[in-house]
Amino acid sequence: MGKYIVRRLLQMIPVVVFSTFLIYAMVFAMPGDRTVGMCGERPCPPAFVAAFNEKYHLNDPLPVQYGYYAANVLSGDLGENQYGNSVSEELAERFQVTAKLAVMALAFEGVIGILAGVLAGLRKGGFIDNLVLVSTLFVISVPIFVTGFAAQFFLGLKWEIFPALASGKDPSLFALILPAMVLGSTSLAYIARLMRSNIAENIKSDYVRTAKAKGLSPRRIVGVHTLRNSMIPVVTFMGYDFGALLGGAIVTEGIFAVNGVGGYIFTGIGNRDGIAVVGAVTALVIVYLMMNLLVDLLYGALDPRISND
Amino acid sequence: MTDKTTAQDSAADGPGQDEVDAPTTRSAAIADVAEGTSRSLSADAFRSLRRNPFFWISSVLIFLFVLMAIWPSLFTTYDLGFNDLSKSRETPSGEHWFGTDIQGADIYTRTIYGARASILVGVLATSGVLLLGSLLGLIAGYIGGLTDTLISRIGDIFFAIPLLLSGIIFLSSMRGVDEIWGVNIQSDFGVIIQVVLVFVLFGWPSLMRLMRSSVIQVKPNDYVQAARALGASPMRIIRRHVLPNAMAPAIVVTTINLGAYIAAEATLSFLGIGLRPPTVSWGVMINDGLTPLRASPHILFFPALFLSIAVLAFIMLGDAVRDAFDPKSR
Repeated sequence: MGKYIVRRLLQMIPVVVFSTFLIYAMVFAMPGDRTVGMCGERPCPPAFVAAFNEKYHLNDPLPVQYGYYAANVLSGDLGENQYGNSVSEELAERFQVTAKLAVMALAFEGVIGILAGVLAGLRKGGFIDNLVLVSTLFVISVPIFVTGFAAQFFLGLKWEIFPALASGKDPSLFALILPAMVLGSTSLAYIARLMRSNIAENIKSDYVRTAKAKGLSPRRIVGVHTLRNSMIPVVTFMGYDFGALLGGAIVTEGIFAVNGVGGYIFTGIGNRDGIAVVGAVTALVIVYLMMNLLVDLLYGALDPRISND
Repeated sequence: MTDKTTAQDSAADGPGQDEVDAPTTRSAAIADVAEGTSRSLSADAFRSLRRNPFFWISSVLIFLFVLMAIWPSLFTTYDLGFNDLSKSRETPSGEHWFGTDIQGADIYTRTIYGARASILVGVLATSGVLLLGSLLGLIAGYIGGLTDTLISRIGDIFFAIPLLLSGIIFLSSMRGVDEIWGVNIQSDFGVIIQVVLVFVLFGWPSLMRLMRSSVIQVKPNDYVQAARALGASPMRIIRRHVLPNAMAPAIVVTTINLGAYIAAEATLSFLGIGLRPPTVSWGVMINDGLTPLRASPHILFFPALFLSIAVLAFIMLGDAVRDAFDPKSR
């Protein structure tokens, strides 16, 4: 196990370095002026451009530029956005909101997805199974921004069940319910389908037959034997998904005006704020990779076959 | 494959067929029967596919969308550029089936014409990903060793950045660039190529991983070893033995991906960094429909409906193909 952890950690280092380099290069190595849009609808004065290039070392060759940038990132400095505010400070504030939203989405998709998957998998081909299959197909097919606007329009504006926006520095849990449901909807469908196929497969396995043969109650067979073994891939999926939810909420946060990291990127693109976008995306990719690492390590602990290859 | 299915179909449909072929030797007849009972995996899959109603529904839908993309005027009566400002934001009627948008343009016409950009992005992106991903996966899985490590680690780097994030960064920084090597990249087609490029660049690792793992599964099989022992060249082994047996998962994922890329293109266009007017695509139309959403939701509804149905069709087809190839589902 120890060897596995060390190997996994070592593998992670080049991925972090090169993927952040890739992000940096995509923003700063492109031809064209970096200061477009920073001075309103006119070109910036030459003195400003010179100072900007000096500050972010844009006159140096790309690897050197990136070296400076990486050193700053390591010390927690992601640069300043257009308004002269520290990107890392703003991100730290917004990350709390995003984390709250992601946890709520995860709880929503986990509880409902697993329940639907179990009910469908136990009676494969039955009414609930078909219902789950068809409804998840629809949820997967409708793009998230369509789901988001539909939910906002009907549940928020027309019937006024939930607040239509979750803006403000610290939105209430009630205001976050609607965005969380939208954010978790696609993954909910995947979890339900994953759980369904796992349950349907495990229910036919030898150990379940043995449990039946020795006279255990159906509740115990399903609840303990089948469920536990079917949960492993689902828990892994949810772990990876949590990393993705922290980073993938750009559209949802944009629609519901949530002041999270995704919303920060959303407005950053609109304002053509290169430094803010690159800083936020770098932070998100690092968080995403860390979450994946954590899940892999956890998975190695849960399933001994993984770490002994 | 087609030969086999027709042979086995005729055997199943008409017993009289055998009498016509009767003057063949006995051993040939036995060979015929043997072929009828043992089908190849793909023939078997196609047989169960033909009985699946979802396969037919999705195939018909996809056929319609492709027809719309190639020949939109077949479905419409108005010109794409036609708009009547005095008829701004009209609700659906006999004259304008889907109503009109802010500019007074017929939404039905625009929705039909919007299929072209969306389908084009989906088809080009998935073909690119399939080509690049399966080629690299094949190389990594078949050669192994250092080549495998190198390709896999490079894949990890591109895999680490979520598709939407990479699309946002790439496209928003390309916005300031007008032309590369003398080619205008901000033209209608130029922007489509940009979107396709970013999907291929960041989409190949998942297909590479899939292909690599199925090649590694196929490679140690006896028939591959036998072909090598008989002196077949690596190219022949790959073409005749490895590829046909390792392609099924890649094809399933590619079908589903086609829908996913169409949705991703719409998402980027909706964010205002993918395609943009005057290009007509479903994402662009949805973006147009955002401002008047409360007063005239129909402007957003119809392109969103078409987009969802298109994505649904590809995912449904992928599901059906996967079930057909999966022996456990029978």
